[in-house]
Formats: sequence, C-alpha cells, structure tokens
Amino acid sequence: MGMTMTQKILAAHAGLDSVAAGQLISAKLDIVLGNDITTPVAVNEFKKAGFDKVFDKDRVAIVLDHFVPNKDIKAAEQSKTCREFACSHCVSHFYDVGKMGIEHALLPEQGVVTAGDCIIGADSHTCTYGALGAFSTGVGSTDMAAGMATGMAWFKVPSAIKFNLTGKLPSNCSGKDVILTIIGMIGVDGALYKSMEFVGDGVSDLSMDDRLCICNMAIEAGAKNGIFPVDEKTKEYMLGRCEREPVVYEADADAEYEKVIDIDLSKIVPTVACPHLPENTRPASELHNIKVDQVVIGSCTNGRMEDMEAAYQILNGKKVADGVRCIIIPGTMQILRECVERGWYTAFIDAGAVVSTPTCGPCLGGYMGILAAGERCLATTNRNFVGRMGHVDSEVYLASPHTAAATALAGYITEYKEA
Amino acid sequence: MNTQGKVFKYPDNVDTDVIIPARYLNTPDAKELALHCMEDIDTEFVKKVQKGDVMVAGWNFGCGSSREHAPLVIKTCGTGCVIAKSFARIFYRNAINIGLPILECEEAADEINSDDEVSVDFDTGVITDITTGKTYKAQPFPPFIQNIIKSGGLLKSLKEGENNG
Repeated sequence: MGMTMTQKILAAHAGLDSVAAGQLISAKLDIVLGNDITTPVAVNEFKKAGFDKVFDKDRVAIVLDHFVPNKDIKAAEQSKTCREFACSHCVSHFYDVGKMGIEHALLPEQGVVTAGDCIIGADSHTCTYGALGAFSTGVGSTDMAAGMATGMAWFKVPSAIKFNLTGKLPSNCSGKDVILTIIGMIGVDGALYKSMEFVGDGVSDLSMDDRLCICNMAIEAGAKNGIFPVDEKTKEYMLGRCEREPVVYEADADAEYEKVIDIDLSKIVPTVACPHLPENTRPASELHNIKVDQVVIGSCTNGRMEDMEAAYQILNGKKVADGVRCIIIPGTMQILRECVERGWYTAFIDAGAVVSTPTCGPCLGGYMGILAAGERCLATTNRNFVGRMGHVDSEVYLASPHTAAATALAGYITEYKEA
Repeated sequence: MNTQGKVFKYPDNVDTDVIIPARYLNTPDAKELALHCMEDIDTEFVKKVQKGDVMVAGWNFGCGSSREHAPLVIKTCGTGCVIAKSFARIFYRNAINIGLPILECEEAADEINSDDEVSVDFDTGVITDITTGKTYKAQPFPPFIQNIIKSGGLLKSLKEGENNG
C-alpha cells in the first residue's frame, strides 16, 4: 500500500521501508525546538532525569520570543534559564533579543529547517514548517527534553486528509482566509491526530508566506501536521538559505487518505473567525456591525514580509480610525529591518499605528496589547479562546492582514476592497 | 492503579488557555500555576477539588497550545484522572509523558454527571459511577504507552531503556 508524504518522511526517519497509519515508531529528529516558556520546563526535566549533554548542539534550537524583551522579573528568570542552558551546551541555534524573531517566522527564514526534515518543537505551531515539505509537529516540554537528550521521538503514524486546491485566490485574500475557511468547514477537531496534506494545481499560485500561514494553523483543526509538496517555489525559497541539503519526498500515487476535500481558491472570501473558537467562521462582509477597540497585525501566523506588505498597502497615507489601537509586530529582526528600509515603518507610524520589536506578546495575552473587560480585538493571530488576549470578558476575532488593516481604518470589521 | 473522587464536568473543546491562562506562564513552578487551574471557565474548581477527584469532559479536551503546564496543573491540583470523549493530540502526549492518567470513553463522558462519585481502575480501563451504579469500559492504552506510564513518565522510561540496553 502506498504512503502519504508525511508517512514517507516518518518511514525514512524511523529507518523503515514503509509505515502504516496507527503504527508506533521511534524516529530520528533533525531539529528539536523550544521557546522561553516551554524550554525552562524541559531544562528542569532534562536535569532531573540525569542527562548531561544534548544529542547534537547544532540540532537544538532555542528561541526567546514569547515574553521578550522580558516583560517582568519572572519572565526574565525564564529567559535566563534558557540562556544559561544554551550557553552551557553550546547550542548553536540560540536566538536572544537582537537576533530573535517569532520562532516559526525565524527558523524557515534563517534556513534552520528544510524539506524532508523530521522536527519536533515545544510549541504547538511547530507544524508551520510543513510548508517547506518537512514533517514538523508540536509537542510538550518533556518530549523536548527527551528529544534534546536522545535525538529521537516516538510517534503514532498519522492517517491523512487530502486537500485538493484548485484555482487562484482573489487579490484581497491570502493563506489566512484559506486556512480559516478550512477550519470553518471541518471544525477544531476535524483533523484530530491526522495529517493535512495540501496538493493540487492551486498550490503553485500560493506564495511561501501563504503556505507557512496555512500549515501554521493546521493545529487549530487538531492536526498533527500540515504539509505541502516541494515545488519550484519551495526550491527557490530554500536555495542558498537552508544550512542542510533539502530532501524531497512525494506521496505515492496510491497513498490512502481518509478523506479528500476539494477547495476552489477562487471562491475563497475574506474570512473572520468569531469568538471563542477558530471554527466560528463568517465572511468579513457579514460583520460590518462589529466595532473593534484594537487591531493586531503580526504573530507566527501573519508576521511575515507579505503580511507587512498588505498592511503597508492598505494603511499607507491613511489614518487608523479614532478609538482603535493598531499594533503591528514584524515577525523577525530581518523583517523589521526591511520595514524600516522600505519606509513602511514610517508609514505605519504616520497612519497612527505602533510598531513593536518581534514578540508573541499579545497573541497569548502576555503583554504588548492586553485587552480589558468588554474590549474587542481583530487580530491576525491564531486563537480566539476565552481570555486568550487578556480579560476573560474580552473578545478576539481572527482574520488576514488585509482584513485587519482595512478594519483598523474603518473601526469596524470589514474586508479590504481594492480602490 | 486507581482513583476515586468527585466529578467536575466540562464541555467540548476545553483549551489549554483556560486550563492555565498564558498570563501566568512567566513561571514554570507547578504549585504556583496550579492556583489558577481552570479559573477562566470555573473559578470554583481550585477551591473545591480534592485529591483523587475526576474531570469529565467532551470532545477535543486540551486543544490549543502545547504547554505541558496544562496537564501538570491538573495533576498538581490533585485530580486523579481526566475522562473525555477525545483529547487534543499534544495534550494526550503531554499527559502520558508527565504521568496524568487520562481515558477516552464517549459513553461515560455523556452519562456521568457533575458531583457524582466515580472510581477508575487504570489497569482494566473500567470506570464506575458509584452514584448511579453504572460501569463503563474505556479503550486501554497500547502496550508501548502503558510502559511509559508504568515507568512514571517518558524520561524515566528512557533512562530504564538506557540501563537495560
């Protein structure tokens, strides 16, 4: 029986000719990732278990991104734990303030992850790297500790849902609208324990930033991973960037899928997930009566260059509506620098927005844009759970950077319409 | 191994942000974090929960973030077991890895009520609702996972493997 793309990568890393859905395997890891919240717990477990060295100093990545620059004394202690561990084990991919970015924007940008990799990260959005044709999944801190110590992890081989993409996205839509539409269709556990494999003629039209965004939110449908085939765009993106040689895997022609879902990209509309689940999706055009207090453009989902470009195109020369706080957070230092170079940073300030250094901050209600009781935010982030961005009685609506920027100008939820 | 206690019942899609809100995640200290377990959907939980009590929930329990702090605070509060119709996959892994017993059983999750007295036998997967007298059988774990649980978590099982190998 044929294998899916995910199964092929897992088989290769388990040293097996083939694997089948449901099989328990032990697989070699190419990268083990953690951040400033999950790494301290992993470090503690690592030490408690009596391990004294990491399996490979070049295969561990530790990124300080959730609460840095340190939001308070306790956060500073957590950063310090990460820093000391990284230093004492000579971890080569340690990213501190000044070098850091939001982990899932940073690792692909810096070429730390590549096609064909098997990656675990103690962060649920580790599934992002499937955009490069890697198997990549989120785990907890104990798995991170075990991965750092042994370079191995256990997996139950997932079955898969195939998403057959056709057509071309409308110009006011992006990858975010695609993945929100899909989560709206299948629900927040619609792909539980499964792979989401994106294929079809429509893939070639999607940019790498679109694909990274789509795979990023696979976890919001409960999936183990999301994955795209490697095409010319992927190869071009990886060329001269990835520090290790990409390995291209393809699904077998007779691979088995639990389900095949057809998505016509030309029919996608600007989509918003309403509180308090990412599956509560509605077209933005039906939500014009919803006023907002805050707009956030950033996060591991939408803090990349094309997201900044969408914000710039819409906000440039305009003013953010009175009563709206618009917070823009470029995902990495390189993206931030590029925004400065291109004059976008100035345009954002002139529009009445604020720009922050890279951080996960507001997405998880950490800092840099916390909501009061009764307040409402439209954000390009990935979760709108109860209390996610602040007070338990606040609300988060999820949307694309186009919709977010248009909403910031209007003061109420609206889709972007080209003039 | 088993547990017995009172039931705290929750709906579908209980996410890790309500199990332990990220605003408290500036510390890895489980005891300090446990003071805030479930507070965004149930402010009474930490006041009432006693050692051995059982959480019963619907589909997709523990969805969202990968924070291991979520199963850890549930365990630290004294909760003896979580029964749900299904678990989000990272929560499922984390619970096994840190030694929080979890069981999937749709019928039990539907029929058991809040405040019922329930006992759970982890070896057999048998759940008994002492209040109603009904029993349920949950899916047992595959042997590979049972080994992790018996060793007391993933890292201890790895160390055992190292010593045996």
